[in-house]
Amino acid sequence: MTATAERAEAAPRVEARGVGLRAGLVTVAFLLAALLVGLAVGPVHVGIGSIVRSALSYVPFLHVHQPLDAVDRAVLWQVRAPRVALAGLVGGMLAVAGASYQGVFRNPLCDPYLLGVAGGAGLGATLAIVYASAAATGSSWTVPLAAFAGAIAAVVVTYALGRSAGATHMTGALVLAGVTMATFTAAVQTFVQQQHTQQLQNVYAWLLGGFSTATWRDVAICAPYVAVSSLVLVLHRRVLDVLSLGDDEAASLGMDVARARLAIVVAATLGTAAAVSVSGLIAFVGIIVPHTIRLLVSTSYRAVVPLSLVAGAGFLVVTDVVARTVLSPAELPIGVVTAFLGAPFFAVVLRTARGVR
Amino acid sequence: MIETRDLWVRFGPVAAVRGLTLRAEAGGWTALIGPNGAGKTSALRALAGLAAYDGEVLLDGRDARRLGRRAVARLVAYVPQKPETPAALTVAEYVLLGRTPHIAYLGGEGRRDREAATQALRRLELERFAERPLGSLSGGELQRAVLARALAQAAAVLLLDEPTTALDLGRQQLVLDLVDALRGDGLTVVTTMHDLTLAGQYAERLVLLNEGSVVAEGTAADVLSAPNVATHYGANVRVVEDEAGVFVFPVRR
Repeated sequence: MTATAERAEAAPRVEARGVGLRAGLVTVAFLLAALLVGLAVGPVHVGIGSIVRSALSYVPFLHVHQPLDAVDRAVLWQVRAPRVALAGLVGGMLAVAGASYQGVFRNPLCDPYLLGVAGGAGLGATLAIVYASAAATGSSWTVPLAAFAGAIAAVVVTYALGRSAGATHMTGALVLAGVTMATFTAAVQTFVQQQHTQQLQNVYAWLLGGFSTATWRDVAICAPYVAVSSLVLVLHRRVLDVLSLGDDEAASLGMDVARARLAIVVAATLGTAAAVSVSGLIAFVGIIVPHTIRLLVSTSYRAVVPLSLVAGAGFLVVTDVVARTVLSPAELPIGVVTAFLGAPFFAVVLRTARGVR
Repeated sequence: MIETRDLWVRFGPVAAVRGLTLRAEAGGWTALIGPNGAGKTSALRALAGLAAYDGEVLLDGRDARRLGRRAVARLVAYVPQKPETPAALTVAEYVLLGRTPHIAYLGGEGRRDREAATQALRRLELERFAERPLGSLSGGELQRAVLARALAQAAAVLLLDEPTTALDLGRQQLVLDLVDALRGDGLTVVTTMHDLTLAGQYAERLVLLNEGSVVAEGTAADVLSAPNVATHYGANVRVVEDEAGVFVFPVRR
């Protein structure tokens, strides 16, 4: 036996791997770089040095001189910054919710829209666009509010439906109930949409999702939900590892499985609904980001949940930059970009990770 | 010590366990035997608090229902027949999950938890495997990891549902020897077992169940008679008894 093997035997490292210093630093660096690129890139170019100095000039007692003129300042802080912030919040939320749903349902293909969030939000938004604007009573709050309410209503019905199957089959029943709900809301949504073809363009634009109209108010609507939800989910990271042993074994370890599942589902759903209500339906983030973390870092939810939050934020900020620059001044729907960038990236990760594992 | 009084487990109109009264003393090994569908697993799940039941389960004389889930999990560790072993978790991470009943709901492991897990790994000679993913272990090593997780739970009662399924003859003996050694530390062991010879070799008390009720109980010599096995298993066997124990051999009809 070699000396190293003997040492390892004498003192095994008995700890959960968690995030790890290197993975943590790399992910945070990725997010910071993404934020800076998001602020710098656009029709009006602003240098990264100017961005940093401009930001510092708002910090009291530092006495940093504001390097930008009024127009550039407005472009940077009133147009671009809220857009970058919103993309970050939504991306982080979708990724962390996707990771949590995958853990709770022990199914790697689950996404944050699993329990009917997307269908409900789509229906709510469609109804608001069609009827509120037809009645000319719609404010800029109407659509997000209706989308949020639709998402929550759909998930509540899904959960009630899944629960009626009894505790033993609940996970499977919930997934089926989610599919049922998604199909039903899609049917109603399509019907309403077809009855009001004059609004088709608006409905379609909302469904595809994007951040072109992002304001600080959108950020303010969305941020509290995202903050609370992701905090709850990050706190549940060890619970998710326990749940990965299955309902029975988790219960035999003293876990109240139904309560833990409800807490996680409520947090993930509220956050997702808030994200969707301000951004529309952006696909793929909730699947690709957690899986990339699993392949590159660890499958333990102690790593997957916090890293998905940070990496998801960076990913959607970068995606949004691509969406608004490729065909500038026109914009690509961000959902197209997430899939177009995400799928090949994921394929590369799958191929390279195969050799490592 | 764990005991049941008039325990019933029902699935709708069907009763899987009918009025089971059982007493497993501290440091003892009780094996529940019986044909498929006799109610062995249901009884074990009720003992672990995983199946709804009528009647009483007493842990050190206290009603399990009043103790609450976490308190029960600190007293009783349960290993199902086919445990979930997420392939990418390391052995150490998996064994640490056994500490869950000792950790606050949203808390993390402390020094004592890591020590308990390290001891469990050492007890089952798994130190070398601590950082290996579960997916890379052989069947026998995996079963030891599962036992280590149960041991890390630091419970006084260990419930094992068919602990030797899918293991070869040597690994079966190895695992059962390990369980037997743990008993020396004062652990109460209750297992369900299909292999009657092995059950007789390791458990000092056998409880033969059929259709949810106890039909025979006692030492291997009392329970493992050819007529008993023929009646309740519908099997044709030859039973040989010598100083090494009782051996049950299937004989083709």
